[in-house]
Amino acid sequence: MLTYAIKRSLLALLILFVVMLAMYAMVFLVPGDPASIALGPRATPELKQQLIERMGLDQPILSQVYHFFYNAVTGDLGYDVWSKRPVLAEILEAFPYTFLLGVVALAWALILGVFLGCAAVIYRGTPMDRILGILSVSMISVPSFVVAIYALLIFAVWLRWLPAIGAGEIGDPWSQFKAIIMPAFAVGISWVGYLARMVRASMLEVMGANHIRTARAFGLSERRVVFKHALRVAIIPTISIVAVGFGSILSSAVFVETVFSRPGIGTLITSAVLKRNYPVVMGTVLVMTAFYLIVVTLADLLIARLDPRVRDVLRS
Amino acid sequence: MFSAVESLMRTVKSLSRDPMGFLGLGLVVMFLLMAMLAPLISPFDPLKINVQSKFMEPSLAHWLGTDQLGRDTLSRIIYGSRTALSISLTATGLAGICGLLLGLVAGFGPRWLDNVFVLLFDSISSLPMIMFALAVITVLGPGTGTLIVVIILISAPGYARLIRAQTLTLKNSDFVLAEKSMGASSGRIILLHLLPNVVGPLVIILSMDIPVVIMLEAGLSYLNLGVRPPTPSWGNILYDGYTSIRSSPTLVIAAGAPLVLATLGFTFLGEGLRDALDPKLQLMSLR
Repeated sequence: MLTYAIKRSLLALLILFVVMLAMYAMVFLVPGDPASIALGPRATPELKQQLIERMGLDQPILSQVYHFFYNAVTGDLGYDVWSKRPVLAEILEAFPYTFLLGVVALAWALILGVFLGCAAVIYRGTPMDRILGILSVSMISVPSFVVAIYALLIFAVWLRWLPAIGAGEIGDPWSQFKAIIMPAFAVGISWVGYLARMVRASMLEVMGANHIRTARAFGLSERRVVFKHALRVAIIPTISIVAVGFGSILSSAVFVETVFSRPGIGTLITSAVLKRNYPVVMGTVLVMTAFYLIVVTLADLLIARLDPRVRDVLRS
Repeated sequence: MFSAVESLMRTVKSLSRDPMGFLGLGLVVMFLLMAMLAPLISPFDPLKINVQSKFMEPSLAHWLGTDQLGRDTLSRIIYGSRTALSISLTATGLAGICGLLLGLVAGFGPRWLDNVFVLLFDSISSLPMIMFALAVITVLGPGTGTLIVVIILISAPGYARLIRAQTLTLKNSDFVLAEKSMGASSGRIILLHLLPNVVGPLVIILSMDIPVVIMLEAGLSYLNLGVRPPTPSWGNILYDGYTSIRSSPTLVIAAGAPLVLATLGFTFLGEGLRDALDPKLQLMSLR
């Protein structure tokens, strides 16, 4: 287990290293230096020179790479070209909003998705199973930002039940709660379908297992067998899917946050891309990638711990 | 040639037994026709500005109303299908070819190259998709060309992994070993024996990824980071509608609908194709 943990973490570090190198190389692959691109065509030579010095672009390339890595590891991601604030501070400010959005979206998706998956197993082979299947595929494929905009139109513009923009008043949990309902609905909806499908598939595999037959032989109802005995085993593969799915949650969050003008990583990075604010874009990509790698690695380790079969495979 | 037609017939036949797959096929054919016949069927020029008739409600002349510049929404949506389909088909096609070549090289080439490639594929796949896309857009600048490059960079590694895995198992299968022992060249083995066997699953995965790519194109165009206005894209029509959602909601409703229908259609078709051709294929698409 420990060797596996170390191996897995080293691989994650190696991947992060490659990603950082690729990002750094990318800036130099394009024609024109980053400073003039960031400042635009109206920049004066003095301004450009200032920025070049501040970004360290006048130093030899190896020393730049070294500084880039040294700074990134020590948490210095440079400064926002426009607001002059440290990039890390801006990311840390935005991150809790996106994290909360992701957690709430996943939570409701997990509850409903697992429930629908179990229902499909109970009614397997019947028209009900088929309807649930079509429903899941539809939920998976519908674009989250279209859901967000339609929800905005119905519940904020027409019915005026929910606020159209923002994340709610600070210190007022009720308004914050009202502000997160629609974004979380839009981000989570494809996950409901996805999880329902996953749970159904992995549960159908489990249903043939010995302990299920035993439970049935004791005369337990099908509902009890599914929810109590099969779900416990069938839920394990879902954990890794949820962890890997953080990437796709982030994608939906980027679009959905923009629709609702909700502060967060999505709004931060899209406005930075539009303004060609290099340090913010690179910093955000780096932090989110690192976070993603940590989540995926932890999920892998958690599964190895939870599922003795995976543990045995690793040992041999 | 004959066998290709025959297998196509068989696929369509087994699709027709699956109502959702058939519905998907119908929607996809509809959008394809819409894209190809755009100049013939759209009632107005999608770029023609007419400020006097801005934000018109649906009428006999303008079935879906007009936008903030008085352009006919229906015409823009019809031309938008052209944008969506041409970008997604070109990009997934090119990504498939890149993935095919890289995967074959990784699977058939020397061991060290394989290791380097796998590390590279894993690194790209382990980036959150949207973050990577936005980083590339920042560097290259938004536009249709950038969009295609982004889609290729995001999806090709996944296809390459699939092809590599298939190549590795096929490489040691009996019929390839037999061919090798008869002195066949690597080129012959790759072209005649590996390629026909790995293309099938790749095509299924590609067809399942098309809705994701359509969604990405529309999403990035919505954020003003994809197709540049005034070229009509469902994404930037949706954005125009979003900015005027309070005064004239028709535009936003009209722009969202084709997006939902197209992604649904392609998804149902992709699922149907997978069930008809290769039910064992694991879900390995972009999602």
